Amino acid sequence: MRTTEAPDSPAVFDRAADRKSAYVHIPFCARVCPYCDFAVVGDRTDEMDRYVQAVVGEIGRDEPLAPLDAVFVGGGTPSLLPVGALARILAALAERHGIVDDPEITMEANPEDWTVSRGAGYLEEGLTRVSFGVQSTDPRVLLALGRRHGPREVGVAVASARRAGVPSVSVDLIFGHPVETEASWRRTLDEVVELEPDHVSTYALTVERGTPLSRWVAEGSPAPDPDVQAARWEQAVEILGRAGYIRYEVSNHARPGHHCRYNLGAWAGAEYAAYGLGAHGHRDGIRFRNVRSLDAYLDRIEAGESPRQGSEEVRGWEAEVERLFTGIRVAAGVNGGRAVEAFLDSEDGRRLAGLGVIGLVEGRLVVRQPLFTDAVARDVLGLLEMSS
Amino acid sequence: MRTPTSRIRNFSIIAHIDHGKSTLADRLLERTGAVTERDMKEQLLDTMDLERERGITIKAQAVRLDYRASDELDYVLNLIDTPGHVDFSYEVSRSLAACEGAVLLVDASQGVQAQTLANAYLAIEAGLEIVPVLNKIDLPAAEPEARAAELAGILGCEPDDVIKVSAKTGAGVGELLERLVTDIPAPVGKADDPLRALVFDSYFDAYRGVVCSVRVMDGSLAQGDTAWFLATRNRHDVAEIGVLKPVATPVSELGPGESGYLITGVKEIDQIRVGDTITHPNHTDVEPLPGYDEPKPMVFSGLFPTDGDDFERLREALEKLRLNDASLSWEPESSKALGFGFRVGFLGLLHMEIVRERLEREYDLDLVATAPSVAYRVTLSDGTEIEVKSPQDLPDSADRINLSEPFVRAMIITPAEFTGPVMELMQKRRGELDGMHYLTPERVELTYHVPLAEIVFDFFDILKSRTRGYASFDYDPDGYREADLVRVDILLAGSPVDAFSTITHRDNAYRYGRSMAEKLRELIPRQMFEVAIQAAIGSRIIARETVRAVRKDVTAKCYGGDITRKKKLLARQKEGKKRMKMVGTVEVPQDAFVAALRVDADD
Repeated sequence: MRTTEAPDSPAVFDRAADRKSAYVHIPFCARVCPYCDFAVVGDRTDEMDRYVQAVVGEIGRDEPLAPLDAVFVGGGTPSLLPVGALARILAALAERHGIVDDPEITMEANPEDWTVSRGAGYLEEGLTRVSFGVQSTDPRVLLALGRRHGPREVGVAVASARRAGVPSVSVDLIFGHPVETEASWRRTLDEVVELEPDHVSTYALTVERGTPLSRWVAEGSPAPDPDVQAARWEQAVEILGRAGYIRYEVSNHARPGHHCRYNLGAWAGAEYAAYGLGAHGHRDGIRFRNVRSLDAYLDRIEAGESPRQGSEEVRGWEAEVERLFTGIRVAAGVNGGRAVEAFLDSEDGRRLAGLGVIGLVEGRLVVRQPLFTDAVARDVLGLLEMSS
Repeated sequence: MRTPTSRIRNFSIIAHIDHGKSTLADRLLERTGAVTERDMKEQLLDTMDLERERGITIKAQAVRLDYRASDELDYVLNLIDTPGHVDFSYEVSRSLAACEGAVLLVDASQGVQAQTLANAYLAIEAGLEIVPVLNKIDLPAAEPEARAAELAGILGCEPDDVIKVSAKTGAGVGELLERLVTDIPAPVGKADDPLRALVFDSYFDAYRGVVCSVRVMDGSLAQGDTAWFLATRNRHDVAEIGVLKPVATPVSELGPGESGYLITGVKEIDQIRVGDTITHPNHTDVEPLPGYDEPKPMVFSGLFPTDGDDFERLREALEKLRLNDASLSWEPESSKALGFGFRVGFLGLLHMEIVRERLEREYDLDLVATAPSVAYRVTLSDGTEIEVKSPQDLPDSADRINLSEPFVRAMIITPAEFTGPVMELMQKRRGELDGMHYLTPERVELTYHVPLAEIVFDFFDILKSRTRGYASFDYDPDGYREADLVRVDILLAGSPVDAFSTITHRDNAYRYGRSMAEKLRELIPRQMFEVAIQAAIGSRIIARETVRAVRKDVTAKCYGGDITRKKKLLARQKEGKKRMKMVGTVEVPQDAFVAALRVDADD
């Protein structure tokens, strides 16, 4: 049963800490966007079947976790998955870990891939939530971001997902590209609100190292202006808030009952399994990651080897500090604990409280100025130097 | 076996940095057989690495050369080394006091420089015979005839008297050795008089304790004697005396006119005063030799360890440096901005630079140095006089009736074409022209009375840039003068940052305040709140800049669950923030302290 609890309610967040989930990475893209630094491969969609087979194999060989509350199929472009592939992956997950009744099964999708028949197919296979990579409805921004869809496809995709009966529809937006204007961002927000998605993510465009975008900026193209992005962020919170979307994390807004369960778990420090190349997981006090290259991943799986590339133990005090580190992104704030107490008592913590950046609300540490979350996070890391 | 005074010559070499003094000294050692070419360490007289690197000498040393002259007689030539810069003029003058003559060594292409001239005047005033020498005559740019005429004009001799050598090839060195014998007078001391020996240098040797360089004027000092130090009224047994050939060679006795080293049991350098006169305990009533002025620090700078935990290490390093440099003085200082450190007194700018570099290099300290300041004299309302070495210590104008600042007499030698720019610079620096003298039609010597505070910081760099590197500069203390001085404070978010306070002439206060505020606006990173930067005289704000607040300090998402990567990224950024100093609530990068105090070369 979908609850109607507010997405920023402390109870929802605290509960997320105990839920188990799984992340599945589908790296293929028809074309790689110039700002993207995720593990992606363009031009090799013909390997899709082999890849899905490998993922299913990886799942089958994994240690059982517990029945999964949420599955997140991210990418890349998971909407390039042929009909049937999602079902195979979910079946493997169900067999290995079990899946709860009424799970959240999210898939990321590009608007241009979404057709009514495809949507119906995914729904049939178990999909409960779709997250569209809309990014903008301003054609100039879409062009600058290297996206392959136009404003028209956005409306079509969201409407058809609705019509098909997908229980939860989310829209991802990217703001702060230098070609965007205040008016065009407002228009994007207004047009998205009109489509009535259940969830909206608004991400500030980030220049990541090693991307074409970062090369262009290094060569003199205008970089996103953080001051402008701050203003756009505030604009989004305001417009979406007025339309009934509650900001429950730095970049995420949802209507009651439509928060992303998988993401909340990650911020709450919950355990999640991870499959596919470049995927990151968190289990048994260990954070681990898989190899990033397609060939290496396929070779290893097909040779019966582990695709793990590295891992770190995060236990005890470090795990507590990390829980605070990720939890402060969430509007509900972090429930008290040793790390919260130590932070509020630290020189940095007192300074931030004095500046009104953080505060204690009903025993929870809350970042009152979300635009300074990383500043707080840096100081939270200072707790690692304490012996606990 | 004592050398008769008639066969002794004591001399120094006065030269500008890079004019080849060390190379010439090496050549003299080689020619007289003191060292063979094979074991010659290049530039033998400079012992410290730093000296070698900068081509300057700091510590005076005496080396004995045995020379058979063309008259077939054997002579002892004592080469007393001198530092090349007037920061160390007290060392120069005491070295000169141990000599009867001086070689004035000048680069045949560059001509005489201000520092050389200042030292040459010291030598002439001390009554030394000057032997003029042009070096580097083998270089294509050498102009021996013009330079010889210039030297002759300065010294009042004939151009033909100027010896032309190449220390590199050895050309002319033979003639120089002969002239040392013929031109420089023999010492006049009497062997039968009571002992009077001058301590003209001392240094600390880790194995032997304090080693004194001494010049016997009258009488003799022998192994096993007891030495009585007149000024400190201490007796010390002579553990060893000897000469440097240049290897330390013990001798049984040093007679009149001879120079050498003396080792007693003294372990602390403070117990020996350079300039003191040594005699025997039964002659404690002899007339002391003219001593030297106590070296007096003229320039002060706060030195603070970047890492507050290094405070004790800094203290130990300063103490170790003082073992060989009695002129170094300091007192603890605490700064709200920079923590605990020391206000260190230096003889001059070069001394300051050398000490700072040695602390960082030899003692591996990371230091923040505040802008150099000078010692102001303040008469308080109740008539008492105090000395203010740090801007924070300046009393309010209401509490003082007089404020005066140290002046120097600055000597600048420049090609005549740059006279205009130099005069303009000196005027900006509140200089008062004292004299102008054409050394040759192309080269001018300008002398100025100028506040020391105006030249302690970057003056030389600016002078160099205005004269395309051709000007040379030196200065002497020139008393105190009353001046209309104010303290300019710099406030960050309303609180004064002591490290940026400065005492300056009222006319320059606005310029300082404005440029400091502008520079800090560039240097201080944006914070979570708006930071006001103000310059103030007392409570009056004279300049203001604002660092706008950061608006966004958050990443959009957690890289698809890659929390480890995000943690590493932020941890790295946090490391960067550790190099910040908290000034009140404002984070100021360490480098900002140095960078803000840097004066623009265009002034």
